[in-house]
Amino acid sequence: MASRKSSHPNRDRVDKYSVLLPTYNERENLPLIVWLLVKYFGESGYNYEVIVIDDGSPDGTLEVAEQLQKIYGEDKILLRPRAKKLGLGTAYIHGMRHATGNFIIIMDADLSHHVSVVYFVVKQKEANYDLVSGTRYRGNGGVYGWDLRRKLISRGANYLTQVLLRPGATDLTGSFRLYKKKVLESLVEHCVSKGYVFQMEMIVRARQLNYTVGEVPISFVDRVYGESKLGGNEIVSFVKGLLTLFATT
Amino acid sequence: MTKLLEWIFGVSLVVAVWALVTFDLLDLSLPQPYREVAWPMPLYLLVSFGCYSLATVGYRVATFNDCEEAAKELQEQIKEAREDLRKKGLKM
Repeated sequence: MASRKSSHPNRDRVDKYSVLLPTYNERENLPLIVWLLVKYFGESGYNYEVIVIDDGSPDGTLEVAEQLQKIYGEDKILLRPRAKKLGLGTAYIHGMRHATGNFIIIMDADLSHHVSVVYFVVKQKEANYDLVSGTRYRGNGGVYGWDLRRKLISRGANYLTQVLLRPGATDLTGSFRLYKKKVLESLVEHCVSKGYVFQMEMIVRARQLNYTVGEVPISFVDRVYGESKLGGNEIVSFVKGLLTLFATT
Repeated sequence: MTKLLEWIFGVSLVVAVWALVTFDLLDLSLPQPYREVAWPMPLYLLVSFGCYSLATVGYRVATFNDCEEAAKELQEQIKEAREDLRKKGLKM
C-alpha cells in the first residue's frame, strides 16, 4: 500500500479518547450510554475506547457490560471491574491505568448528561486546552426537570463557590469533563477530597497548577431512570466541602 | 496562599484603613466629612454586596436554561438505542 499523505502532517501520533464510566447499578443505563458513545464517536471518526469500571454492582451491570463487549468488540469496550464500591477518585486512577488514550473523558453513566461528547473534543482542539469542563450555567447549557427550589439551591451554591474560590470556571460540581491524560494523572495526585468535592478540587487545583481550562455548555437531563436527591444532607456536605477547599487551596 | 488567608489579609487591610480614617489613629486630622463618610462604610458595603448577591442569584435562576429539546432528543435516542441493541442481540 502506497504511503498516504496525512492531512495533519505534524501529527505523528493519533489522538485517542478513553471514556471512563464508573458504574454502580446502572444495568438499564449502561447499554444506552455505550450506544450513544459508539454512535457519536463513530460518526466523528475520532479514535476512542470505553472503559467500564463496575464496583461489584448487585444488579448485574457487569453482565450487561460483557454483552456490550461482545457486540462492539474488546478493543472498544474495556471492562475493569472492582470488587466493591470504592469511590470516584480511585475509579479514575484504576481506569487511567488501563487507558490507552492520550485523552481521558469522564462522565456519569446514568444518562444525566446529554452525550455531547464530540463538542468536548472539538473545544479541546481549539486552544489545546489541558482540561475541558462541561458547564450547565453558560451558553445553551442547562437543566431539564428541575423545579425552582433545585435551581435556586444550585445557583446559590455556585455563586457562593465563585465568591469564595474564584475558580475561573463556571460549573465546579459538574462531572462531564475531558482531560489530557497527563493532566488528570497530575491532578489526581494533588487532590485529597472525596466524592464530588473531589471534582471541585480538581478544577481549583488545575487553575493553581496553571493548566488551561476550556468550557462547553452541557445539558443535564434529570435522571431518566431512578431518582436524584438534593436534601439537607447533600447541602450540608457541600458546604463542608466548600469550606474545606476554601481553607486549604 | 490559600483563599482563606487571602480573605483574612484583604479584610484586615480594609478594616485597618477604615479604623485609621474613622478613629484618626495616626492623628492625620482628616477633615470631618471624610470621617463621617468612612464610618458607616463597612456596613454599607456589606449591605450592597448582599443586594448584589441576591440580584445576581435571582437573575441567574430566572435565566437558567431548561433543556426541553435535549430531553426530547435523549428520549428519542433511547428508543433508537434499545431497538438497535435488541437487534444486535442484547438481552435487557
